[in-house]
Amino acid sequence: MTDISVGLDPRAPLLHVDDLHVEFRTRDGVAKAVNGASFYLQPGETLAILGESGCGKSVTAQAVMGILDSPPGHVTGGQVLYRGVDLLKLAEKDRRQFRANRIAMIFQDALSALNPVYTVGFQLAELFRKHRGMSRSAAKLKAIELLDQVRIPAAKDRINDYPHQFSGGMRQRVMIAMALALDPEVLIADEPTTALDVTVQAQIMGLLAELQRQRNMGLLLITHDMGVVADVADRISVMYAGKIVEEAPVHDIYARPAHPYTKALLESIPRLDHKGRELNVIRGLPPSLTDIPKGCAFHPRCGYAREICRMDQEPPAYQIAAHRIARCHFIREVLGV
Amino acid sequence: MSDVSDLVLDARGLVKHFPITQGIVFRSKVGAVRAVDGVDLQLRRGETLGIVGESGCGKSTLAKLLVGLERPTSGEIMVRGDDMVRLSGPALRRARRNIQMVMQDPYTSLNPRMTVGDIIGEPYVIHPDAVPRSGRERATQELLDLVGLNPDHINRYPHQFSGGQRQRIGIARALALRPEIIVCDEPVSALDVSIQAQVINLLERLQRELGLSYIFIAHDLSVVRHISDRVSVMYLGKIVETGYHKAIYEQPTHPYTQALLSAVPVPDPRLRGHRDHIVLEGDVPSPANPPSGCRFRTRCWKAQPYCADHEPLLQIRQRAPHPSACHYAEVRDVLHRY
Repeated sequence: MTDISVGLDPRAPLLHVDDLHVEFRTRDGVAKAVNGASFYLQPGETLAILGESGCGKSVTAQAVMGILDSPPGHVTGGQVLYRGVDLLKLAEKDRRQFRANRIAMIFQDALSALNPVYTVGFQLAELFRKHRGMSRSAAKLKAIELLDQVRIPAAKDRINDYPHQFSGGMRQRVMIAMALALDPEVLIADEPTTALDVTVQAQIMGLLAELQRQRNMGLLLITHDMGVVADVADRISVMYAGKIVEEAPVHDIYARPAHPYTKALLESIPRLDHKGRELNVIRGLPPSLTDIPKGCAFHPRCGYAREICRMDQEPPAYQIAAHRIARCHFIREVLGV
Repeated sequence: MSDVSDLVLDARGLVKHFPITQGIVFRSKVGAVRAVDGVDLQLRRGETLGIVGESGCGKSTLAKLLVGLERPTSGEIMVRGDDMVRLSGPALRRARRNIQMVMQDPYTSLNPRMTVGDIIGEPYVIHPDAVPRSGRERATQELLDLVGLNPDHINRYPHQFSGGQRQRIGIARALALRPEIIVCDEPVSALDVSIQAQVINLLERLQRELGLSYIFIAHDLSVVRHISDRVSVMYLGKIVETGYHKAIYEQPTHPYTQALLSAVPVPDPRLRGHRDHIVLEGDVPSPANPPSGCRFRTRCWKAQPYCADHEPLLQIRQRAPHPSACHYAEVRDVLHRY
């Protein structure tokens, strides 16, 4: 086994995704799911990737994790740097050392993410046996300890239960336990609470925040829920048609969005002061990934769009302030300055 | 403002128990899932009643009872002086026209092998006297236009439409028989935020133009607040609190309502750390074996021994200005200025 810590640069960002491109080659054409996504994540920080279905946020997570279905999915460009090491250039056996050890992931649907024919205890202990070479009995003890940490009542007894014997919220806890088993420094959470009820969602988000604090993990939260993001994120990257169209600290983006898409999204959520009035809508539909509009991908739905937005050249990433960028020609108008 | 004559729907004592059976040859009933366990609700003309609750609380079963897709174990549903539960045959079929439904999932609630015209026009096949045969195509096209779709797309199939457009098809189908009441069961929860707003606006416009009454079932509390005049909160088959939207959101009195409201993430980062967070322990108990007395007591921070023996009625109390099913109901503003 090669030592994975060789070559890591402690001064480089924990995770830095640079100009990532992913496409799916299907019978119906090439779907460009991710078109130059860039972002970074530091220890202890929560970065939310916010977007609607089909914007490429889950595919980005899969590419970072190295679990893209390939074929049809192909990473066609860019880098995924973990402490300066490009994961995309590693051989599969080396990459495997990063998965779970350094970067772990939790999914929306815990029932399909867990194996239904093995007990929860077996699946947890397997991690310690395979990655850490522990004995069965030692691994089992570690598994119980983990279930305790994610606050599953009577962990000792439940270790022999199968996933279907747990409730939705408890299953999500099991998956969190599994992701955290090998003390990763980056946790990717892909819509971790979308399938859960609000009261259970509050429990799970609280647990994630607490575990993140204890371990100083970087959390990459993939979600469409602007309420959850407002509650937990430090920074937000808004994704549209495979690109990050705006990136900003959480307070700035809610107070003064700089990209028309972000602004329109925020205005379309029902709020108290909108009661009895029509909601603002974003006209039209998100673009098909096999046929993304030229120029700015958002222009057919944008109220600010002018001739320049339809040109071949897409808007560059304008730096608005420290840690704030937006890809729009009319940032000043959107910000109202 | 409103009187009894405005009442378009009056349901009383609705109960639906699904039997749990054991054995194959000698099937015997060993218990029951009490999905809906004694629900009263009234709906007035042009009004929207929101019903909120978590999964498994019985809100979808309630919707099915109201439109006659399930027969209640007991109770009555009065629509225009007729008790839907007692009607049968042609009389029931006629009465059903008046109360229609929009389903949650626009992907599975439309038959993929039928054209949009056939889907929206199917109610006319079931109720041939509603619109004469010669006028059906025009009626269908008018419905498409009404919900904001292109009337020329009558021969297309559901897969040629996006999620939001499919939900419009579902709404057009529900409107075909000109009902007074539409039961919307999670009509926007499968849609993206930007599309949700379009469908909510459409439902509100149709209500204004056609004088419809809605029962709007959803788990998204901000959507329900936006669209509803009155709101009922359900927990384990019962309504635990009911009142005008302002009363429920600004002066919730039942601990469950308070916990639910406090758990909703608010899209405003300035409120982080300034909100009242009530985190409930555990999960919703099984409706096959609900707790005695107050059903919420197993997760309630206010529960006393008294709650285990005495079931609280849904009524106005000393410290609860609107009906609340808690012995210790008391106003607590959990949302503050939001």
